[in-house]
Amino acid sequence: MSAEFSGIGVVPGRVVAPARVMPPPVTAPVEQPAPQDPEAEATRIREASAAVHAELLERAETVTGDAHDVLKATALMAKDPTLIKTAIKRLTDTDAETAVWTVAEDTAAQLEALGGYMAERAADVLDVRARLVARLRGVPAPGIPHSEEPFVLIADDLAPADTATLDPESVVALVCAAGGPQSHTAILARSLGIPAIVAAAGVLDVADHTPVFVDGGTGVLRTEPGTDEADLVAAWQDAAARLHTYSGPCLLGDGTRIPLRANVGDGDQARAAAEAGAEGVGLLRTEFCFLDRDTEPSVDEQTDAYAQVFAAFDDHKVVVRTLDAGADKPLPFLTDTQEPNPALGVRGFRTSRRAVGVLERQLEAIARAAEQTSIDVHVMAPMISTAEEAEQFAGLASAAGLPVSGVMVEVPSAALRAESILSEVEFASIGTNDLTQYVMASDRMLGGLAELSDPWQPAVLELIGMAAAQGQALKKSVGVCGEAAADPALAVVLVGLGVTSLSMAARALPAVAEVLRTVTLDQAQQTAKLALGARTAQEAKTAVRGRLPVLDELGL
Amino acid sequence: MAEITATVGSTVGLHARPAALLAEAAGEYDFEITIAGEGEPAEDALDASSVLSLMGLGAEYGHTVVLRAEGDGAEEALAALKDLIETDHDAE
Repeated sequence: MSAEFSGIGVVPGRVVAPARVMPPPVTAPVEQPAPQDPEAEATRIREASAAVHAELLERAETVTGDAHDVLKATALMAKDPTLIKTAIKRLTDTDAETAVWTVAEDTAAQLEALGGYMAERAADVLDVRARLVARLRGVPAPGIPHSEEPFVLIADDLAPADTATLDPESVVALVCAAGGPQSHTAILARSLGIPAIVAAAGVLDVADHTPVFVDGGTGVLRTEPGTDEADLVAAWQDAAARLHTYSGPCLLGDGTRIPLRANVGDGDQARAAAEAGAEGVGLLRTEFCFLDRDTEPSVDEQTDAYAQVFAAFDDHKVVVRTLDAGADKPLPFLTDTQEPNPALGVRGFRTSRRAVGVLERQLEAIARAAEQTSIDVHVMAPMISTAEEAEQFAGLASAAGLPVSGVMVEVPSAALRAESILSEVEFASIGTNDLTQYVMASDRMLGGLAELSDPWQPAVLELIGMAAAQGQALKKSVGVCGEAAADPALAVVLVGLGVTSLSMAARALPAVAEVLRTVTLDQAQQTAKLALGARTAQEAKTAVRGRLPVLDELGL
Repeated sequence: MAEITATVGSTVGLHARPAALLAEAAGEYDFEITIAGEGEPAEDALDASSVLSLMGLGAEYGHTVVLRAEGDGAEEALAALKDLIETDHDAE
């Protein structure tokens, strides 16, 4: 019998493919007494070692370059004679699983202590350990299943390490039981353009290898797909072809121009965004220069990295967000990981209170890179709460030779007092992910709070409307650069609320433009009123979708 | 017991790919081949076919290591491994 699971659709798209369920992480073994027959247990360890070695070697052969070398080295670790011999020696005291687990733990700790490259290999040792213990236990190997045939990946939620190994060639859709619309999994799926559903309760019950239908627009997964589902997939493919032709500029039905920009994190993404028709960059996340670093990158190094992003565009503008460290993006030289409440701690612009000079040097690098380009380079500060902070930032930017500065509106106080803040700077950009988190007091990473962490919440929309109206009174632009801008239905509401530009993952540009094209500014404003009048996020979404028949036509 | 010294030729040291290549090659022989830093006691020598031991050895570019083995063809085996250690694999 066909079963249906509903969640929150985060990336539109429809596919039919076999399901592969990601096994849960391998847990630490419960220690057992030494085996009666240590020789038999030793044989089991040797067999597990050979099997994991063969499996990893086989995978190494399917890839090339660095990935090949890394997998080959990892395969060697699985049959490492020192590791296996030491584990077998421990069988006089304990069982096979515990022996392998503890020996690998010691080895990983030794590598960790050596630091640098060796410390990075410690993670490989722990990966091998999980595979060996899974084999001894007779459970599937952890991690994203490997398959030559395209499949729908079903998981509880993905860890950052898993997302790095996700191959968009083989994973054609992603369905998670946990997570929220703004979790890292959702952001990753958006950037890869893989149809995705999060918070689909019970979906882990789907049997491995059974064919399923996934609709990332409506957030539904169905087992035993038939001709109806095949028709839906075909209709999506037609619509997708229509959606692949965007080149900008984006005009509403009445000719009102709404610049659509891209959120990018490095030069490669900036080039992809330029090709996708983005009118510049509305959010350059500069963290890419800083993450995974023990020390601050030099001004020269930063200048080169920013210049690469600027070089992707011939005209338009690039808005550079200064370093946004803290909370989920800690940096050893800047943030304090011991804070009891990191989301409410010293993060974003606030880190400049403690790490004097880091922001100044970053602004210097941005200004130097800006000199090498003809495009407009604007800077904006994350996590601004008051007009004084906005004033400080504008002062630092102008001292660095950057005349146009703005701020992110993520803290409710900044939305409430947008007028006084906009008196200090030239523009504001609303970061809907953090704004939603702070307005609703719900951690954006918690799947259990997904219905609260939803930018469709009328309270969030009301605050966005307040900030946009204050911007209009001062004739200053208020854009949105959060994930909300990538939702075509919500984009209409945002424009109706008075938002003047939208910035999103480049892949979302065609769908957002196609939907905005079908409404006039007046219609967008009526749609926004409808959303503000709703009692719940779901009611707001339903009411707005009812006004936008183009969404169903396009399978969004 | 055959013994030979070799100077690490890979600029990254005896880690990563050079370590994997050496461990793989040393594992091809029927007898055990050990490796130690120059001047370290023979009883502290590590198994040269263990990539994890090689990484733990921390032999950098220009360091001298000592290989030891016992058995038929030990001399030839050590000579071949010495070549491998002294090649700069990153330059390939």
